[in-house]
Amino acid sequence: MTLGLGCSAKPGKSKENRTGSWRTFRPEFLHEKCTKCGLCSQVCPEGCIGEDEEGFPVPDYDYCKGCGLCVEECPSEAIEMKKEEK
Amino acid sequence: MSGEPCGLFEYGHRACGGCAAALAARTILDAAGKDTIVVSATGCMEVFSTPYPETAWKVPWIHSLFENNSAVASGIVASLKKQGRKEKVIALGGDGATFDIGILCLSGAFERGHDFVYICYDNEAYMNTGIQRSGATPYDANTTTSPAGKCSTGNRRPKKDLPMILAAHGAPYVATASIAYLPDLKKKVEKALQTEGPCYLQVHAPCCTGWGFEGEKTMAIGKLAIETGLWVNYEMENGKVTRVKKVVRKPVEAYLKEQRRFRHLFKPSRNEAEIAKIQAVADRNAERFGIDIKLKK
Repeated sequence: MTLGLGCSAKPGKSKENRTGSWRTFRPEFLHEKCTKCGLCSQVCPEGCIGEDEEGFPVPDYDYCKGCGLCVEECPSEAIEMKKEEK
Repeated sequence: MSGEPCGLFEYGHRACGGCAAALAARTILDAAGKDTIVVSATGCMEVFSTPYPETAWKVPWIHSLFENNSAVASGIVASLKKQGRKEKVIALGGDGATFDIGILCLSGAFERGHDFVYICYDNEAYMNTGIQRSGATPYDANTTTSPAGKCSTGNRRPKKDLPMILAAHGAPYVATASIAYLPDLKKKVEKALQTEGPCYLQVHAPCCTGWGFEGEKTMAIGKLAIETGLWVNYEMENGKVTRVKKVVRKPVEAYLKEQRRFRHLFKPSRNEAEIAKIQAVADRNAERFGIDIKLKK
């Protein structure tokens, strides 16, 4: 590993670290209950919940650590935690 | 925003699942935008976001020491001013870096009046090194350097009132916020960045690992702190409290019971005397800031 000047790093290089492997439970998004309020995306500490064309939340399971904060905060109970199977 | 939901704080940082500091960093950057330079003191946030050669930051970011965070920020501000540049400077530190180790340089920078924003994410102990008490640790909290046991009920000293200390420096804008209320946090970051002169923002950031609760409860715990009056969200402009979040107060044990760091107050037996002392802290806060909503009967 070569050290850059002043130990600098490329912006956002942490993306190479796929934290999704930490997960033991995964959040599953139930479209029939979802009101597309976007709160899950706002509260995610990873910021890894995006949107599809219809406005439904889409998590990036490559990075989701499975903390469950979105499940806890969802006002419509539209997210469920399921045990991860790998 | 960079087009991805994570914004300017990239995926792949190594914070615990449900970390409030990570959520705070992401929200702060969202509010500040890309023309921002961030100076980070040593601490949890610095460690989890930048294990070399990785970094989660997508804005110019520099790691200072614990003690000289504000001095590094001051230098950047002075240099930008000389060059006639308009970038905003945010100094970020945990409560250890802010309340204890960095207060000398922080005081100096505020006294000199540099135009920057100091944001402290307050998780009420040195979490990165293994939960040692800091000046921000609340009364009776169990930490590894204030262990509760037969001879002690945890931390013996009350939390230092740093916002007031910085307001006494003549800071134009001093505010407290919580990760439990993200739109409010965003608004305060924007306001602090727009205000000329040194501004201070203290963000309550519950730490699931250090405080002892499940990661999914991070926001719920933050809300309880405010609802019990143990944390007050307020804004101070030129030394006067101008806005306060009012609540219908709950008894403090609703907040204490949820956390392992206060478990010794309930097990093996309920310690009424100590719980009453913590309730008195909340009552004093309520009186001082007028946070109680009076319900009509």
